[in-house]
Amino acid sequence: MIGRGLKVLALAAALALAPVHGGLQAQGLVADASRHLVAITTGFVGTEVLLFGATEGEGDVIIVVRGPARRVVVRRKGRHAGIWVNDAEMTFRDVPSYYWLASSKPIETLLRPASVDRHGIGVQHLRLAAVGKVDADDLAGFRAALIRNKVLNGLYTVRPRDVNFLGQRLFRSTVYFPANVPTGSYTVHVFFVRNGSVASAQTVPLTIAKIGIGADVYRFAHASSALYGLIAIAIALLAGLFAGVIFRKA
Amino acid sequence: MQIYLPIAEISLDVFLLFTMGGGVGFLSGLFGVGGGFLMTPLLIFIGVSPAVAVASEANQVVAASASGVLVHMRRGHVDFKMGSVLLAGGIAGSSFGVWLYSLLRAMGQLDLVISLSYVAFLGIIGSLMLGESVRAVLRRGRAGAARRKLHQHTWLHGLPFKIRFRKSKLYISALLPLAIGFFVGILSAIMGVGGGFIIVPVMIYVLGMPTITVVGTSLFQIIFVTANVTFLQAVNNQTVDVFLALILLTGGVIGAQFGGRFAGRLPGEYLRLLLGAFVLFVGAVMMFTLVVTPEDIYSLGGGVG
Repeated sequence: MIGRGLKVLALAAALALAPVHGGLQAQGLVADASRHLVAITTGFVGTEVLLFGATEGEGDVIIVVRGPARRVVVRRKGRHAGIWVNDAEMTFRDVPSYYWLASSKPIETLLRPASVDRHGIGVQHLRLAAVGKVDADDLAGFRAALIRNKVLNGLYTVRPRDVNFLGQRLFRSTVYFPANVPTGSYTVHVFFVRNGSVASAQTVPLTIAKIGIGADVYRFAHASSALYGLIAIAIALLAGLFAGVIFRKA
Repeated sequence: MQIYLPIAEISLDVFLLFTMGGGVGFLSGLFGVGGGFLMTPLLIFIGVSPAVAVASEANQVVAASASGVLVHMRRGHVDFKMGSVLLAGGIAGSSFGVWLYSLLRAMGQLDLVISLSYVAFLGIIGSLMLGESVRAVLRRGRAGAARRKLHQHTWLHGLPFKIRFRKSKLYISALLPLAIGFFVGILSAIMGVGGGFIIVPVMIYVLGMPTITVVGTSLFQIIFVTANVTFLQAVNNQTVDVFLALILLTGGVIGAQFGGRFAGRLPGEYLRLLLGAFVLFVGAVMMFTLVVTPEDIYSLGGGVG
C-alpha cells in the first residue's frame, strides 16, 4: 500500500514537473486515477481507487465522482386497511447512480454558494428533474427520500471526504465503491479552487464493468435469454437427477 | 467467502446461502414439501430483490422436485395421466402468472402481492394443517376410530368431461385438475414456490386421490411447471440467477437427505402438526412486515434505462 502510494506520488510529481502539453490537462491542474477500469469479478466486495494529482501554485481541491445517469422511480407507502401499500410514485430522470464528494477544506469556506450550485457540488445541488406533472409540495419529500435511500445504500456521499495535500502542490484522495456499485461510465471531476472560485477543472474518465464469468453470465442472460432459461432448467434437472441417483446408492 | 451474484447484482456469503439451502432442504425432506415457501421469504430477507428471489427459487425447485420424483417413480407412485392434466393447467396458469408478475412489477405492487399471497395461503393452509393434525393427535390411541370414506360425492362430481384415472382410482371431470393446476401455476410464478403445500392437500381432500400417489404426482407436475416459470422469467424479466440457484440446491439436496432420514422417526400427525405451526409462523412474519410501520415510507424502484 505504502509502496504503491510512493509510486503514485512519484508519478504525480513527474506529471507536475513535466512541461504541460495542453490536451487533457487543464491550466494549473493535473489529475489522474490509480486505475481507469474497476472490474467487478465474482469475488467483488467493493474497492478503493486512489485519485491524485498536482496543482500549480497554492489553492484547494474539490473532487466529485459521478456514476452514469439513470431514471429512478421513487415510491411512497400509505396505510390502507391496516397494511402499508405503495400508493404514490414519482420518476426522476438523469439521476447519477453514484455520487461521491471530497474536498481539501469545508466547501462553504472555499466557494461562493452560486458557484457551488453551478458546478453541482454536493447532493443538495444535484439537478434532479421529475418526469411529468408533479405537486411542488410532494417534490421536496420525494427528492429528499431519493437522496436518503441512495445514502443508505452507500451510493451517495453527503459529507465531503478528505482531499489530503502533501506539501503545497500534491494532493490525493481515496474513493470507495461498494459491492452494489452500478456499472457504466463514471466521471471524476477535479476542481482547482482559488480565491473563492474555480480556477481550473479536469475530468478523468473511469469505467466500472463486470468482468469474467459473472459478466459473461449476465450478458448471456440478457442477450440470449431463451437459451439461458433452457440451460438453467437443464442444469437444475441434471443436478436434481444426479443427486437422486447418488443418494439412492448411499 | 463472498460471491458476487451476477443477476442478483449483490455479494453474498456462499456459506450463508449453502446453510440456508441445507436448512430448508432438511425441512423439506422432513415434511415432504418443496420448501420454496420458506426459501423465497428468506432470500428476500437477506437482501435479494423479490424479483430475483422468486425466479431463481423456481429454478431451484426444478432440481429439488427432479431428485424427489425418482423415488416415487421407482415405486410406481406417480399417476402420469393425472399429472399431465394438472400440468396442462399448470403451464397455462404459470404463463399467466409470469405475465401478471411483470405487470405488477411495472406497477410497483409486486412486493405487496407477493407478501399478501404468502399471508393468505400460508395462513389458510397452516390453519387447516394444524387443525387436522391436532384432531389426529387427539384421536391417536383411541382404538378403532371410524375410517373416513375414500371421498364424498359433491357437485364437483357432476361436472362434464369425465376421465378415468386408473392409478388414482378416480372417475372425475378433467376440468377439476385443470383448474387446480392453473391456479397453483399462478401462485408458482408469483410466489416462487412449487406449490406442493397447496396442491397436495387439494389433491387429497378435493380430488379424493389416494395419499400414496399424491406426492409423486405433484412432484412430477411441479418439475414442469417450475421449469416453465424459470424459462418465462428468464425470457421476460432476466431475473433467474443460476449461481444462486446452484448454491441453494447443492445445500438443499444434502439437507433433504438428512431430513428424509429423520422423518421416519416421527409419527405422521406430529410431523404435520409441526409443519402446520411452521407454515403459520412464516405467514405471521410476512403479515408483520405488512402491518408494521416501515422505517422509511419511501423506497426506490429499479433503475430503469
